[in-house]
Amino acid sequence: MLEKLMSIDRRIIFILVALAVILPTLIPVSMPISVSEPTQKLYDYIETIPAGGTIMLVFDYGPASLAELNPMARAIMKQCFAKDIRVIGLTLYAVGTTMGSTLIQEVVEETGAVDGEDYVFLGFRPGLELVILGMGTDITSIFDRDYNGKPLSEIPMMQNVTNYDQVDLLVDLSAGSLTEAWITYANVQFNLQIAAGVTGVIISQMYPYLQTGQLVGLIPGIAGAAEYERLIEAPAKGTLWINIESFVHLLIIGLVVIGNIAFFIQRRREE
Amino acid sequence: MEKIIGIWIAAFLTLCIYSFLYRDNPFYRFAEYLFVGVSLGYSIVLQIHQGLIPFAWQPFSAAVTGGSLTGLIKLIPIAIGLLFFAGLSPQQTWLIRYPSAILIGVTSGVAIPNVLQAHIFEQTRGTIGPFAAIHAGTLSGWGVFEAILMVVGVVCTLTYFFFSIEHRGPVKWVSKVGIAFLMIGFGSAFGNTVMGRVALLIQRVDFLLNDWFGTIF
Repeated sequence: MLEKLMSIDRRIIFILVALAVILPTLIPVSMPISVSEPTQKLYDYIETIPAGGTIMLVFDYGPASLAELNPMARAIMKQCFAKDIRVIGLTLYAVGTTMGSTLIQEVVEETGAVDGEDYVFLGFRPGLELVILGMGTDITSIFDRDYNGKPLSEIPMMQNVTNYDQVDLLVDLSAGSLTEAWITYANVQFNLQIAAGVTGVIISQMYPYLQTGQLVGLIPGIAGAAEYERLIEAPAKGTLWINIESFVHLLIIGLVVIGNIAFFIQRRREE
Repeated sequence: MEKIIGIWIAAFLTLCIYSFLYRDNPFYRFAEYLFVGVSLGYSIVLQIHQGLIPFAWQPFSAAVTGGSLTGLIKLIPIAIGLLFFAGLSPQQTWLIRYPSAILIGVTSGVAIPNVLQAHIFEQTRGTIGPFAAIHAGTLSGWGVFEAILMVVGVVCTLTYFFFSIEHRGPVKWVSKVGIAFLMIGFGSAFGNTVMGRVALLIQRVDFLLNDWFGTIF
């Protein structure tokens, strides 16, 4: 029995994980979600931005991270449009262009936000820190047109936006280290307030910036997305998926515990 | 109809990728190569349209056709950038030194003060800053504990990476405490990574069960 447990075929574990995902997907279960401090901070900060204010939403991720970051982006945009805060979307990551443009269209269909008045999507520019620094001086020096090719000078919501001075907050949704680039250049050089929504892989990396105030808020992974959906009182995919995730976590914890018990018993027998 | 075809292609490719869980197979490799190729092709086209054309080609053609002094000045950085291609000729490779030197010089000049401020000075302030609050008596008991724990963690972890003295005696024990802090950090990162990876699986299963099955039933 013990030998069988120690040499269990990994494909059996895959099947167990698949079942732990499929069953709660078919029979949704609702579990309580408590809001963590970093997520609450970002929500509160956006709540303090007056109507007519502007935020930049940066889609620095690709399809491999949309499961965690799309629900956050959706929730933030809904909050902004409900409060009449204008959203400037852009990306420093080439593949993020499709993420941003597609998601904005989905949210626009739900909320009825108007292109050029409530939001604008600028698209992508290569150059990372040079793009960040350039926009700090003059946004039109980097993006003279939006993603659809319309000159920024003809877009109503961009009439009074020249650089970061007119931007109340930048939220970077990132699957890599681009949030650090925004902190290093936009926050240090131009004192732009920055918040982040990040994938699970880099959550730990972001906490020091939260503690120092270099980030005004942080949405940590899919759990943070669910928390944000709770805050805006619009449960969606984030809430659904974190409930399913809890079952997989229970399974993983169970497997780790069983594996360790079996390991220690076997070692004791060998001794 | 286009949407349904897109969903079926996405579902097929998703199943191709997950077939690797059983064993490596041609379907998995086909989907893998397709993903790499499409991602790279898409990125290159986007770099050309969003970077090369508006920042190099359009100023270049405007300078040539317009002949204005302002336009001609833009030819200088374009010409320096083109020197990177000197590497294609073994006799002219030395020309790469010029754009490389400018790139490294500018990047260093821009990055060093900002990086020092963001990652060294601010983080140092964040580590010792709470002690000012302790001194002022504005920090709660838990806050005091957190502040002390953070300093202990930073000092012990840095000691572990300090190789100029031999790790013996008290230094050895301080660095061992540093290892404990590192392990806690790695554990936290690993746990969060598992959460992220499981979320990807859940999103794909959600797509298959709701979007794909939705086109069948």
